[in-house]
Amino acid sequence: MKHFFLALFVGLALAASLTKAYAVTDILTFKSPEAEETYNGLVQELRCLVCQNQNLAGSDADLAKDLRSQVYDMVEAGNSRKDVIDYMVTRYGDFVLYRPAFKLKTLLLWLGPVVFLLLTLWLVMRWVRSQSVKSTETLSDAQRDTVRDLLDKHK
Amino acid sequence: MKKGAVIPLIIFAVLVVFLAIGLGLKPREVPSPFIGKTVPEFGLPELMKDGEKISPADLKGQVWMLNVFASWCVSCRAEHEVLSNFINAEKVMVLGLNYKDEPADAKKWLRALGNPYQHIAVDYDGKVGIDLGVYGVPETFVVDKHGIIRHKVTGPVYQETVRDTLLPLILKLREEKV
Repeated sequence: MKHFFLALFVGLALAASLTKAYAVTDILTFKSPEAEETYNGLVQELRCLVCQNQNLAGSDADLAKDLRSQVYDMVEAGNSRKDVIDYMVTRYGDFVLYRPAFKLKTLLLWLGPVVFLLLTLWLVMRWVRSQSVKSTETLSDAQRDTVRDLLDKHK
Repeated sequence: MKKGAVIPLIIFAVLVVFLAIGLGLKPREVPSPFIGKTVPEFGLPELMKDGEKISPADLKGQVWMLNVFASWCVSCRAEHEVLSNFINAEKVMVLGLNYKDEPADAKKWLRALGNPYQHIAVDYDGKVGIDLGVYGVPETFVVDKHGIIRHKVTGPVYQETVRDTLLPLILKLREEKV
């Protein structure tokens, strides 16, 4: 069991490092470290519309390059994280965000997993309770004596 | 049947319903947030008229289409004949947006296949494309008399698209009062 967890941990760490390694590198210079951080955060979080299951940082598609340079220009011009996100959402819709806003349309997306988890927990609890009922039967006095005799005999 | 046996069956049924819905979805067709909004304003050089510029404001008061195309785009070639036939038959005003293309290549492409566009805007660096939320070429927008986007087709226009969607919509929009 210990080995299993170790293997799992190593596997996950490896997977995490791989996703970082696959990021496309553009040579960019920023006016401030904050701007660089904003830029890096944004390209990780915005979806490439052409390749759909990659973010802007990881995609080599032409459109991703254009959108990265758009994000860079906006960040360098002093726009905030929110400004860039609003800009992208008005053009490409909520789909462009890997972390969509919490609103009525995305309610199922955000709460679905929690609801399913609670439902599963509830079902498991019910099942466990139904199992434990069987084991509460008590022994009669005669049976108790037999058990005691048997235990004494093997002392 | 035992009561407990029903639960997996219900879970299975719910799964089947979700998967069936998932099969029918088209993730390529991202719903455009532009439907019901005004066409973003731009002023771009005309491909075929040297020194002239074109902007959506010039087309106000009529029903028109904006078709994003490029000579490097294979689906554009595929839709070209269907689109041209429709444009010519119904005398639809169409503004072509030549997206991230070399003007010389675009001219050659139009000479070979025919030019159905009344105006062609040159979007050399793709900035206007980003403003329009273009993410795959071809894309076709239908704009009403007030300059509001009423419909968007992502990907090539087929005969069926024209028959079932574009033609009825254009005829309806033409009836609307300014």
